[in-house]
Amino acid sequence: MTDPAAAVEAGVDVHEHAGIGDPNAHHHSPEHILKEMRLYLVIFVSLAALTAITVFAFYQLKTYPVKVAITVALIIATIKGSLVAGFFMHLLSEKKVIYGILILTVIFFIFLMALPVSHHANPFGS
Amino acid sequence: MEAHAHASVGHAELEIPYNVHPRPDTGVYNGKLGVWLFLASEVMLFGALFSSLILLRTGAESWPRGYEFLNIKLATFNTFILILSSVTVVMAWSHLRLGNLKKGRIYISATILCALIFLTAKGFEYSHEFHEGRFPKTNNFLGIYFTMTGLHGLHILGGVIVFLYFLGPGAKMWAKEPERYTNRIEIVGLYWHFVDLVWIFLFPILYLM
Repeated sequence: MTDPAAAVEAGVDVHEHAGIGDPNAHHHSPEHILKEMRLYLVIFVSLAALTAITVFAFYQLKTYPVKVAITVALIIATIKGSLVAGFFMHLLSEKKVIYGILILTVIFFIFLMALPVSHHANPFGS
Repeated sequence: MEAHAHASVGHAELEIPYNVHPRPDTGVYNGKLGVWLFLASEVMLFGALFSSLILLRTGAESWPRGYEFLNIKLATFNTFILILSSVTVVMAWSHLRLGNLKKGRIYISATILCALIFLTAKGFEYSHEFHEGRFPKTNNFLGIYFTMTGLHGLHILGGVIVFLYFLGPGAKMWAKEPERYTNRIEIVGLYWHFVDLVWIFLFPILYLM
């Protein structure tokens, strides 16, 4: 049996499952869906503009040190990635269990990215 | 009722629970949770390759610059195409939520078309590189370039196969279980957005730096 307290903790509308009614019903209303579709088009235009900015910045920063180009490119890519994850993958309004999985993933991902740093800090083999 | 499907053991047909409505203790339907767990493993897969790229690049005395020989215009075009395909997926899902299978299928078809354009452009790129004598064995940069873009391309191909299934035989589900079909498009969409997300980082790192 499912624990109702656990359901509330997970952010689930227990009333919906109990058949009492759905306070989030407006999220499934045609008006809300149409509003979301307009938002998707705005995000698409934003992503296209950011892609153009990435290429433009590349040509502008070609003569600058590599560190500058890498920093700018990664900042723009992170903004684009956040838009995709936040709006297209609906991470702005996801359930706690999904956030939990992603937090764990991010921790391991940071560890992976830190491995090359630890390699260069390692005096052995130098 | 779906939540009590496990109780129907004595019935002729056993339903798999929580395919449509959220499981009360997780808050999401099982398929969605499964896809997010799969995507977590995908983050680690591509993360390992990004980590390898950093290790190779920072450890090399000299590192080839992708922009000196890779086709930036074609890669930029492909970036637009992939972003467009992400929009067509969410539009397909939205139309299915509105109960419009016809428009949903049109947008799924548009997504497949975008994916095929992406793969064709990538094929031209690879063909050009091979013609110029640039192979994965040529140097570490090309080794990691072909590994990462090749793996990404395989993910695109996988997505195309899944979308083709849902466009064809998989769409039969709509007649009996439209909500379940809509959920399936949502979760294949999550996978597709992840593939887009990977390209968003691959493009500047491999082509522009």
